[in-house]
Amino acid sequence: MKPPPFDYHCPETLDEALALLAEHGEAAKVLAGGQSLVPMLNLRAVHPEVLIDINRLPGLDHVRIEDGELRIGALARHRAVLESPAVREASPLMAAAYPYVSHGPIRNRGTLCGNLCHNDPASEMPAVALASDAEMMLQSASGARTVGAEEFFTGTLSTAAGADELLVEVRVPQAPAGQGAAFHEVSPRKGDFAYVAVGAVVSLSGGACSGARIVCAGVGDGPHRARAAEDALEGAAPGEGAFRQAAAAAADSIDPGEDFHADADYRRDLVRSLTRRALADAASRCH
Amino acid sequence: MAEASVTLTVNGREVSATVDPRTLLVHFLREQLQLTGTHVGCDTSQCGACTVHLDGRAVKSCALLAVQLEGADVTTIEGVGGPDEMHPMQTAFKENHGLQCGFCTPGMVMKGIDIANRHAAPDEATIRRELEGNLCRCTGYHNIVESIAAGAREMSG
Ligand SMILES: Cc1cc2nc3c(=O)[nH]c(=O)nc-3n(C[C@H](O)[C@H](O)[C@H](O)COP(=O)(O)OP(=O)(O)OC[C@H]3O[C@@H](n4cnc5c(N)ncnc54)[C@H](O)[C@@H]3O)c2cc1C
Ligand code: FES
Ligand code: FES
Repeated sequence: MKPPPFDYHCPETLDEALALLAEHGEAAKVLAGGQSLVPMLNLRAVHPEVLIDINRLPGLDHVRIEDGELRIGALARHRAVLESPAVREASPLMAAAYPYVSHGPIRNRGTLCGNLCHNDPASEMPAVALASDAEMMLQSASGARTVGAEEFFTGTLSTAAGADELLVEVRVPQAPAGQGAAFHEVSPRKGDFAYVAVGAVVSLSGGACSGARIVCAGVGDGPHRARAAEDALEGAAPGEGAFRQAAAAAADSIDPGEDFHADADYRRDLVRSLTRRALADAASRCH
Repeated sequence: MAEASVTLTVNGREVSATVDPRTLLVHFLREQLQLTGTHVGCDTSQCGACTVHLDGRAVKSCALLAVQLEGADVTTIEGVGGPDEMHPMQTAFKENHGLQCGFCTPGMVMKGIDIANRHAAPDEATIRRELEGNLCRCTGYHNIVESIAAGAREMSG
């Protein structure tokens, strides 16, 4: 047996799931797609006493646009999100980034909400959520609350979700018309976690950049927004010069860790190259 | 530890069993059902040797718990064909030298069928992209890609 022992619950309703979470709190883990949790159990990196399998909860697998927001439920699998026309329409950045998230068999099970709750520092979607001002709809037996991406991602493998809370839905405001988006990453193999990933959105007004967002993954303990780079672009004429300047600011804004695969200098270099590339592509997609 | 019972369909046959909840699907298949065609090649859910079909889609059986699969429909390499009656994808691997040691092969064949189910005539780029989650230490992939292309042609023809 690879995983450590645990008690298994498979609630059929949201209320039942929330009651179980309230009862077991820190001792419990939610099991969504299991594509991060089960490998971690296999490695015995986590030892939950109780697993609460949410896969049978009804009505949580939606991917739809409602009230100007893209709304994605807790049980929407990666594949459903990747293939959704609603995502392409409402969030070109998410659409550009999704092909980098894992690969087919993992996508058939893994969920976007589970991915956000896992918050691996090299994970693409937390960065996309941060760039897009996404909101996390959390629910517990004692009520519901909304947490913005800025506050939600609190560090390596940790989020602001309480032990008794379920992320029932993520909401992403629809991207403004005309905005261009791009996402680039370098990873050891396609479908693996990134060494570094960079996403960018750019709008153009009167021939100048406005409201750019630049985010990185793989450069610290969670998604990183390169505000100095965004500021450097504000009002600048789009083009190689401005993009290079912003890319340099993005590289300066990070304090990346080192590991077996990539040292800090390499990561900074990747941020510089990928930011320049992402900005050029995003600007070329403005309309 | 409370044991749990689970009833699912494996290779077209209904199976009821009692499992420790922490039993991975791959170990349930190999150790409880003696279906040892599904292999374990890694500890990190990266290699794809354990690929099976769950409700018609390729999944990694090392990243699923058997207890989760109440009512599910699982197909393993044993369910697609055997020495007497090979599946076109198995024949294609044989004819195109798509294997050397054979360790990755059950997962490659299951993934190959999954590719063919979704792409009638997959080109090389599609096959290579789709194989991102399956590792082979022997072949260099070239003949695996050829095998899947040939198998897919056979399946659609
Ligand atoms: C080989 C491989 C390659 C991968 N490559 C990538 C990659 O390139 N990029 C990437 O981002 N990811 C990658 N992943 C991870 C994958 O995307 C996972 O699907 C994802 O990280 C977790 O989603 P899940 O639904 O599988 O969650 P689970 O594994 O079920 O859960 C993950 C964590 O989140 C918690 N959780 C899950 N859902 C909720 C919820 N609704 N509310 C509260 N807590 C919850 C769980 O308790 C657990 O702590 C890869 C995984 C593998 C095995
Ligand atoms: S054993 Fe399942 S992916 Fe390697
Ligand atoms: S044939 Fe040996 S691992 Fe693929």
